[in-house]
Amino acid sequence: MEKRVTFRGWLLPLLLIAPQVVISLVFFFYPAGQAIWQSLFIPDPFGLSSQYVGIGNFEYLFGDRFYLAAFGTTAVFSILVTLCSMIPALFLAVVADRLIKGSGVYRTLLIWPYAVAPAVAGVLWLFMFNTRVGVISWYLGTLGYDWNHVLNGGEAMGLVVVASAWGRISYNFLFFFAALQAVPRSVIEAAAIDGARFWRRFWTMVLPLLSPTTFFLLVVNIVYSFFETFGVIHTITAGGPQQSTTILVYKVFSDGFVGQDLGSSSAQSVVLLFVVGALTIIQFKFIEKRVHY
Amino acid sequence: MKKSLIGALAVSTMMTPIAAFAQTEVQFWHAFTGRLGELVKQQVADFNASQGDYTIVESHKGNYSETLNSGIAAFRAGEQPHILMVFEVGTATMMAAPGATRPVYEVMAQSGAKFDPDAYIGAVKGYYTTTDGDMLSLPFNSSTPVLWVNRDAMEAAGVDPDTDLSTWQNVGATLDALKAGGEECPLVTAWQSWIHLENFSAYHDVPFASKDNGFAGTDTELMLNGAAQVAHLTAMGEWAADGKFIYTGRRNEGGANFRAGDCALFTESSAGYAGISSEAEFKFDVRPLPYWEGVGNSPQNTIIGGASLWVMEGHEDAEYKGVGEFLSFLSSSDVQAAWHQNTGYLPITAEAGEATKMAGFYEQNPGTDIAVIQMTAKEPTANSKGLRLGSFDQIRGIIDEELEGIWSGDKTAQEAMDSAKERGDALLRRFEAANR
Repeated sequence: MEKRVTFRGWLLPLLLIAPQVVISLVFFFYPAGQAIWQSLFIPDPFGLSSQYVGIGNFEYLFGDRFYLAAFGTTAVFSILVTLCSMIPALFLAVVADRLIKGSGVYRTLLIWPYAVAPAVAGVLWLFMFNTRVGVISWYLGTLGYDWNHVLNGGEAMGLVVVASAWGRISYNFLFFFAALQAVPRSVIEAAAIDGARFWRRFWTMVLPLLSPTTFFLLVVNIVYSFFETFGVIHTITAGGPQQSTTILVYKVFSDGFVGQDLGSSSAQSVVLLFVVGALTIIQFKFIEKRVHY
Repeated sequence: MKKSLIGALAVSTMMTPIAAFAQTEVQFWHAFTGRLGELVKQQVADFNASQGDYTIVESHKGNYSETLNSGIAAFRAGEQPHILMVFEVGTATMMAAPGATRPVYEVMAQSGAKFDPDAYIGAVKGYYTTTDGDMLSLPFNSSTPVLWVNRDAMEAAGVDPDTDLSTWQNVGATLDALKAGGEECPLVTAWQSWIHLENFSAYHDVPFASKDNGFAGTDTELMLNGAAQVAHLTAMGEWAADGKFIYTGRRNEGGANFRAGDCALFTESSAGYAGISSEAEFKFDVRPLPYWEGVGNSPQNTIIGGASLWVMEGHEDAEYKGVGEFLSFLSSSDVQAAWHQNTGYLPITAEAGEATKMAGFYEQNPGTDIAVIQMTAKEPTANSKGLRLGSFDQIRGIIDEELEGIWSGDKTAQEAMDSAKERGDALLRRFEAANR
């Protein structure tokens, strides 16, 4: 049975949610409203004059095949980052969970990459894969593979995905590890007595029990790959070669802060807002149904 | 990242020295770090010591793009500096905002500081003056592309290091010989759009954009898909496919390869001198930028890259007097000659060039005068005065993307440049709309 605690009167509950409401208004609704308003204009960079263009900025964007291509790039990038950060994290968590001794050491070491800022991670990976002095590109060269992410779009995409996913593995590991610890031992032991081997237990029992965590991480990682990865892209490829690593949020940044085209940049933010909103709704509507709490 | 930015701002604010009250303070935002940053600090310190009425406060605001963005954001917040360093690519953006900037010729007239517009080298000031000859911003650091040669690498590949490299025809033959001699990186470049399109067009006296490269109005269109440009990029694309031209990135990444001795030929700014002379452990030469024999009116003159100083609106008259005095100080022959010799940047006045020559600098450092000669040998034409295109930082990004299509063999030079024109023109139309 559900227990409900109800407040008497309105004042106290309103007061209690007020800080959250104020924060949302100031840091979310106000800037979002500004972005929507600005997306209707082509302003000059200095804010001296601006031309009202209605939905002109959106027409311009959707008439630009390179902008439309950025949707595809973003989809590929987000899916790869999410997979590359969640699967290794789950694997590491399962392995660490089976350790009897020393799991604390592994746990601590595995969390470290999370402390590295995306832009710094970008520089680190760029250095390792530098076409001239990079350790890994040199090693690949000795194996006869000519690594050149400066001209090869596929390699550039691979590099930004790895650099973006790397730090996230730690974050995901933490959640998976905690969730694994919460799986009741008695259930696992009962299955073991019934003769279920490790992989069978993992597929039929552990993974379904992890589903709330997995779902949470899926949503969080997709949002991460949409919004927080531009530092990595900026430092490693700047969207190139050609447009092979130009994702939507990087385009918002480069058009707004490099090109000073604030109208187009605002319009792109608005589009991004709707895309992420729609994605989250889809995730909650369709995927959450398969989640067992 | 945000947190560290705020932290850095807080620290830099605390460290800004508090000037004596009697003096008028003038803020100067620039984009220089390292050796160049030290030289700027020295110039400011010298000016401050030379008089007692004004104090220039210099602040470093990040790279060129970041400095311009800081200036714009500050203007929107009413906190703009008096003097803002803007790279040449941002010139049209600044020009299109007459309410935000005060033209240098006006500042100089009002302040009464010593100012002779004719003293400045035409090819340098042309980039920053109106078609009527009024100087809008003061040229500060200007360079032009030249060809750097690794003599040791040439010899190692069995090529005469003194071979004539003045034309691309000769360079092409030399690249063949270098490749045949086992050189793995015959040619590398920095700033591909600036050197192989913008300067290429000026040097061959063919238009890069209509309306005198944008000088005559914002209703300009790119013309970089012309026959001359396409022929050059086709040749470069073939060299890239044969491993004779190695692409290293959109900025000056190739400099590391050349300075390490990995590459034989390198097209780069004359301002690469400071880095190459201090790091290179091989014999090197500076040569004029090659041209295609028989194409256009080559060799015309090359154009500049670098930055100029813009004076921002919205300050007190007394402060503009200080700005005028400082700009006049920067233009003086001694300051300019020292700057030119220390950095490899061009002198902005003919007098400073003369002073450098008289001091015997060019004889002691052969090749350092090539950039000056290359820029000033001929009177600039409408095609070689410079470029004045809105959203040009973004257009360069588009050009970079399209050039990468050529180097990787995905596109022909014609396809890539047609696409660059189409995409760039769309941005030019938006810029026109924003500044109507």
